[in-house]
Amino acid sequence: MPFGKWREGKRIHDEESLGNPPGVAHPYFKWKEINCLSGTEPKGDRTDAAVLLAIRSGDENGMAALYDRYSAVVYSVALRVLGDTGAAEDVLQEVFMQLWRNPGLFDSSRGSLGPWLAVIARHRAIDGLRKRRPETDIADVVVSVEPDMAGDAERARAMEKVRGTLGSMPSAQRQALEMAYFEGLSHSEISEKTGEPLGTIKTRIRSGLLALRKAFAT
Amino acid sequence: MSVHEQFAEDLALHALGTLQGEERVSLEKHLEGCAGCRRELEQLRGDMALMALSTAGPVPPRRARQRLIEAVAREPRRSAAPAKRRWWTLVPWVAAAALAAGLVALWLQNSDLQRRVAGLQDQSAQQLAELQRAREVVSTLTATDAMRVTLVAAKTPPQPQGKAIYVRDRSSLIFLASNLQQLPAQKAYELWLIPTSGAPIPAGVFKPDAHGSATVVNPPLPLGVQAKAFAITVEPESGSSAPTLPIVMFGAGE
Repeated sequence: MPFGKWREGKRIHDEESLGNPPGVAHPYFKWKEINCLSGTEPKGDRTDAAVLLAIRSGDENGMAALYDRYSAVVYSVALRVLGDTGAAEDVLQEVFMQLWRNPGLFDSSRGSLGPWLAVIARHRAIDGLRKRRPETDIADVVVSVEPDMAGDAERARAMEKVRGTLGSMPSAQRQALEMAYFEGLSHSEISEKTGEPLGTIKTRIRSGLLALRKAFAT
Repeated sequence: MSVHEQFAEDLALHALGTLQGEERVSLEKHLEGCAGCRRELEQLRGDMALMALSTAGPVPPRRARQRLIEAVAREPRRSAAPAKRRWWTLVPWVAAAALAAGLVALWLQNSDLQRRVAGLQDQSAQQLAELQRAREVVSTLTATDAMRVTLVAAKTPPQPQGKAIYVRDRSSLIFLASNLQQLPAQKAYELWLIPTSGAPIPAGVFKPDAHGSATVVNPPLPLGVQAKAFAITVEPESGSSAPTLPIVMFGAGE
């Protein structure tokens, strides 16, 4: 089971007990998740761009605002991968400190900050999981996605859609995608573990990602 | 721009960071020259970000926020590490440096040209002043309204007089005459340059004004002729190629 320890049991148990398909959250969790994702939104209409500008100018409060907005996204993906709160906190710290040390790493003209942080957090967590040196250069990562995850409602809707899409995937496809995404396994490793042909694994991973995209294209 | 099908699956693995070895090298090489596949990679990373949303739920402990804020405070931006630069991020700077170098070169060239122009302007102004003086001299000599007075010994009746000024090297000749007698119609005076050897050379046909004055300035002459005298004869208005006697005025060089 590729899920991290924190999730095993409680969430799946609740879903199953409520008769929801696997991966689809109960309304209780939705509320909880909305709050967890958004954290405390900065007061006023401060956009990501404004917060980034503050960070670029060396404003420490800008970092606090950014943390309040995206720490839950970064932390939850790291925890899901690593299954350890201390290790997830380290990833959280590392990702935000990298941005503080070099705000130019994120190019706002090439994507939104929220998705970018999520992708970077996942990469760093996988690096930690596999005990390897960082393999992806942050400056190279360009993320193209809508929504931008900045607003509460947007994120909540997006989350619901993602879970719905994962839940409706054939289990073999979801398994291949989750093994690649949350465990950082290569297609060869997944093939070895599942006994499925390499080509099949490749196809499942790609079509899994495309299914998520398709869910947001409508 | 479309995605190349043969790379479609590898692109997904690359977005996940799990593509290794030869496949990765081959894809990265392809990506350098394929904007369509680069765009697809960005989109796949976007799909990955969506995948991250499925993990939402836990929040970091309060201490994590405090830890970050303390770490940020320990590293004020002044000590920020410089961004790892990619070669293409240097392109604008290199271009700016080249432009600056070009501008300096142009500025130097411009300064040099300005100095040369200033020199030429000085030279030109000097020549203009000289020309102006020359024009004034010639204008005074040749003005029709100029008062021409020939001074002679007292109580001597006015006599026809002519003065020729000749510069051999430049073949330049100015001839001024006064108190000339009026001539019948269709007749004119002709000035002759008498060379040291050879036949007289025509040096201008002229008629005196009402006061008997006349001027000849730089008539066409062969170059560098040594003159020994000047003479004036009366010729048809159209001039002659050889003087017709008698010689009405004559003067030998000094």
